[in-house]
Amino acid sequence: MIDLHNPDWSGASLKIKEAASLDPFEYGLEYGSPARGLWNIVHTGMLLPESHQIFVCAQGCLRGVVLTAAEMNAQDRFSTVAVCENNVLDGDMESLIIDGVADVIRKLPRKPKAVLVFTSCIHNFMGCDLKYVYSQLRGRFPDIYFTDCYMYPIMRKTKTPPDPMMRMRLYSFLPKSAHRDAESVNIIGNNYPTEDSSDFARMLRGAGYEIRDITRCRSWEEYRKMGESRLNVGYMPPALPALRDLKERLCMDYIYMPLSYDYEEIRKSIQALSERLDIPEINAALLEADAERALEAAKRLLRDTPVVLDYTATPRPLGLAELLLDHGFNVRTVYADAFIAEERPAFDRLREKFPELELRATVHPKMGLLPRAAANRDEKVLAIGQKAAYFEDTTYFVNMLECGGYWGFDGILRVAEEICDAFVEEKDTKKIIQVKGWGCCC
Amino acid sequence: MKQTCAILSTYAADVSGVCSALYEMGGMTVMHDASGCNSTYNTHDEPRWYDMPSMVFISALAEVDAVMGDDEKLIGDVCRAAEELRPRFVALAGTPIPMMMGTDFKGVARLIESRTGIPTFGFATNGMHSYNKGASTALAAVAERFCDPSLSRRELAAEEAPEVNLLGVTPLDFSVTGNVEAMKKSFVDAGFRVNSCWAMGDGWERLMEAGRAHVNVVVSSCGEGLAKVLREKYTIPAVTGIPIGAAAQRELFDAARAAARDGNDRKMPAPDAEGAEFIVVGEPVQSAEIARALHRDFGIESVGAISPLDFPDEDKIFAQLKNARTVIADPLYKPALPKGCRFLSLPHEGYSGRIFRDQIPLIMGGNFNEWIKKELSL
Repeated sequence: MIDLHNPDWSGASLKIKEAASLDPFEYGLEYGSPARGLWNIVHTGMLLPESHQIFVCAQGCLRGVVLTAAEMNAQDRFSTVAVCENNVLDGDMESLIIDGVADVIRKLPRKPKAVLVFTSCIHNFMGCDLKYVYSQLRGRFPDIYFTDCYMYPIMRKTKTPPDPMMRMRLYSFLPKSAHRDAESVNIIGNNYPTEDSSDFARMLRGAGYEIRDITRCRSWEEYRKMGESRLNVGYMPPALPALRDLKERLCMDYIYMPLSYDYEEIRKSIQALSERLDIPEINAALLEADAERALEAAKRLLRDTPVVLDYTATPRPLGLAELLLDHGFNVRTVYADAFIAEERPAFDRLREKFPELELRATVHPKMGLLPRAAANRDEKVLAIGQKAAYFEDTTYFVNMLECGGYWGFDGILRVAEEICDAFVEEKDTKKIIQVKGWGCCC
Repeated sequence: MKQTCAILSTYAADVSGVCSALYEMGGMTVMHDASGCNSTYNTHDEPRWYDMPSMVFISALAEVDAVMGDDEKLIGDVCRAAEELRPRFVALAGTPIPMMMGTDFKGVARLIESRTGIPTFGFATNGMHSYNKGASTALAAVAERFCDPSLSRRELAAEEAPEVNLLGVTPLDFSVTGNVEAMKKSFVDAGFRVNSCWAMGDGWERLMEAGRAHVNVVVSSCGEGLAKVLREKYTIPAVTGIPIGAAAQRELFDAARAAARDGNDRKMPAPDAEGAEFIVVGEPVQSAEIARALHRDFGIESVGAISPLDFPDEDKIFAQLKNARTVIADPLYKPALPKGCRFLSLPHEGYSGRIFRDQIPLIMGGNFNEWIKKELSL
């Protein structure tokens, strides 16, 4: 039995100097924490206006997605077709999907503009002829757009995991357009809207550009207009397959301006966008000074308060940890199971500059059993991210997911402000972090 | 049958039933799955997840392991975790892909047990049945394996009230809002001693004393398999029912007393749902007992229960409810009600998960009568 009085964190925790790679922990059985804020494929799919989702899966797989929709109060945009044992044995999967989807559409009070049909791991393994399925559906319902979506968690450790795939399929209804709006740009691949004050958003608007983003689309027509934009912008790593797919299918140019907490990298992105569109650069020096002031103010407020952060708050937790450590914050732990390749420079620098920084896994089996609170329960800990808040059992936390729509120097300033707010105002951690798909109000 | 639900929800699956039933026993339950089953379980099916640690994990099955049929990865990972965490037992529960791979759960369990020395179960669930099947199988397996067959019942004196085991208690049917405690209290108030409650709130040692009880009360379909095992092992008779409604619970208690003395099983008679105007929808034992209580305590004649735990198609539910004038059901059944039908909300964790948890009423014993009076403005 595990000794709770003398917890052994080996295997679930190490110093960054001991981490041999960006995958510092051994894979095995996995624990799932109750922090549920990250969006799943249902939430992301709901971003598509006037659409309907139909999941074709076994009961156990349907349960999670049905209740996701129910918790969003979006059951009227969501239906299911259950895969039973007899379907697996009889090999009638194609007709199950075709007849099931047709039956659902027939029952809907009004026809949706588009239907997202989600098949599952079973269909992959059975070699289900999805091409035939969709051709039949398109033939039966010529006035409805269909696209293939996938709930196949078995692919999550491959090159096409479900989340980036979903973000890609979301744009599959954009039409190929001969016309391009010279002064329109799309933001692609985000679940959350980008803050209007973000550096590149201000720069684009200052140059007279309209920014289109599915997170702000309220109608099918608005969404379809995105197909006419001049350039696609992405900054979240899971957006990359969507950016590449749109380039290949619709010949839409793109620029990837990675979310970053590194001043040089941010400046490079600003410059690249300016050159690509031939628009004036925003004054990065001024923005940087503002960000610096905000960080200094946050540091003055926090003093030596331990700070912990996790990968749900930002895809670059090491980058954020480095920024904060460089500014004197007492960053103690980064919760993540692996780091993306973009984190390599920050990883290497942190190993040199702050070798004692702790990395802690979130899915290691021990994480479900070892004590959650810090050793000293009176110690105030500030967390950035829901998982960090849960594992540290703190009520002082920045409730930020997927970078919160903050980008650039302005993003850093906003994070610093959020840190200050979180430090002075307690949150109901248990209530907040158990909400599935935080901020999804489709 | 198209197996479609355009608007209705679905019940928790067998794999969640296994996890839920074994949650408090100190074992380690591993869902053999890629991902998804764990978040569904710990978000929607397991209200104890935040505050009560338990060793429930997924195997994180990867595509390559599934394609290659690499069971060794699963076996190695489970053995490593088990040796580190030293659970009382290990339980593996299957999901759709292992079913397609033809995973030999019993064989895998034997290998893990031989390597670790830790008793191991392999449940070939597949995520295509409802939770009650998984929970029933798991509870039965634990009793079969661990309950000491040499235990015997205490002598029951002439006027003495029997000791009871409550079988099939999981949050999926009873949630964590006070109905388990209220149910136990109903038995105690009626003079019974609750010997063990499978499986919420009682420690392992208490569960292992199950053989001492005079009668088993199967309070949900999750307890059916366990009742059979305890009958075979200890000849303990079983009564199926829940103490709901003042008069109805008296009949249940009488049946339990009688079973304890004559050793015969008893099932409380459920009113016929055919053509009923007042319909209760839900878990089989609970909905039948509510229907019986409405009949006995409120004199409602045209009342029946339906349990669509294994209906993959909502049309069947719509058809069964089409003549109903009053329905008691989980709120997510509301869209299935015919026009003008009166609806009494009885949230069921196994159906709507946590969404309406704070609206679950206390329905054990006389609480049911108060609830119905309030709801029907009697």
